[in-house]
Amino acid sequence: MATVDTGAFFDPMYQFEIVRILPLTIGGLDVSFTNASLYMVAIVALVSLFMIQSMRGRALVPGRLQSLAELSYEFIANMVRDNAGSEGMRFFPFIFSLFMFILFANMIGMIPYSYTVTSHIIITFALAITVFLGVTAVGFVKHGLGFLKLFAPSGVPVILLPLIIVIELISYLVRPITLSVRLFANMTAGLVIMKVFAGFVLLLGVGGVLGMVGALVPLLFMVAFTALKVLVAFLQAYVFAILTCIYLNDALHMHH
Amino acid sequence: MIRIDGVVLAQAEEPEQIAPALDQELTAELEADLGVAEDDAGMPQLAVGDFAPQLVWLAITFVALYFLMSRVALPRIATVIESRRDRIANDLDTAARLRQETDEVIAAYEQELTEARNKAHRIAAEARDKLNAEFAEERARIEAELAEKTAAAEARIGESRDRALAEIDKVAAGAAADIVESLIGDKPSDKELDAALKSAEGA
Repeated sequence: MATVDTGAFFDPMYQFEIVRILPLTIGGLDVSFTNASLYMVAIVALVSLFMIQSMRGRALVPGRLQSLAELSYEFIANMVRDNAGSEGMRFFPFIFSLFMFILFANMIGMIPYSYTVTSHIIITFALAITVFLGVTAVGFVKHGLGFLKLFAPSGVPVILLPLIIVIELISYLVRPITLSVRLFANMTAGLVIMKVFAGFVLLLGVGGVLGMVGALVPLLFMVAFTALKVLVAFLQAYVFAILTCIYLNDALHMHH
Repeated sequence: MIRIDGVVLAQAEEPEQIAPALDQELTAELEADLGVAEDDAGMPQLAVGDFAPQLVWLAITFVALYFLMSRVALPRIATVIESRRDRIANDLDTAARLRQETDEVIAAYEQELTEARNKAHRIAAEARDKLNAEFAEERARIEAELAEKTAAAEARIGESRDRALAEIDKVAAGAAADIVESLIGDKPSDKELDAALKSAEGA
């Protein structure tokens, strides 16, 4: 484990390591409580604390936290209503949970020495495939087999139809992959860059006065990059939620 | 592909030992691709063995979050926002109603004011008319009285003058008779006197 300790300092991938805090196996399935599990529980706890505790007063004139909670509510509610129509509001709680989960995962990941749940492809893919399967199910339940017309847009010349259908089908099936990789890659790349530049600061910093002055360059970059990462953390949660709304709109209304 | 064949072939012998070995081989290859030097640290995101616990806990936590949001948090916020919207609408309604009431009161006040003003005008006009009538009556009465008195006075004056004139005739006749008597010593008769007076009057 000595190698891991040095890795903690210089290996940019070490921060993504899964550590089994409480090894556990049920019926051959590994259900260990890991650091990822800990952070997921923390996310749920924090989101719930934020959304429920702040509304305890049910004040007519909201305080700061209540305003934020209401702002989040209206922000997502408007997003769903604008992009998926009032029919889409049935799925508002799901999209809200999705947005808050990803947002808090990304934001908690901004804290030094913390772990970012959304930096793992399996997590983002699980979320994306849930959205994909759910949206497809909604489409078939609502339109029956007519949902397949989504792949054959009207007004396309018959000669082009086979080609268009193939393209549409691929673009539809690739959705869960793009949705999950976008989030995963953004978070992972940001964290790796952060770690690499932090390593530069450390390496230059031990090299005397000149090194310390030189270390200012990656340090300043890190400060600026942190601001960008906060933006990306919010933006990726937003993009995930709004794409879910758009996919849902396709399934509900089918206008292409 | 060949490796998969290798797995399939190896499975007949000792699958438990081959699979981790294959895993290590794959990880090493990945590390080489990613330029990671250390042996045991590949890309942790691709460690298939860590997938199961993550998926299980994601399912547990996300379902928990979903239920907490959809059953507790969101309905509560919706109620608060709804009640606020209702309250604001209610307050606006009340304000509109109060304003309407105010307008009504103002209109009633204006109307009463107009009525009072009209009434005052009417009373003033009546008083003026009454005064004018009384004044005209009084004036007529006084004028009539004056006219009566004037007429009586004129009658009296006429009477006095007639009497005076008659007496003047008599005095003149007497004086004339006296003058004639003293002139001719002969007193004229009344008949002659009358004729002479008459001719003098006619001259």
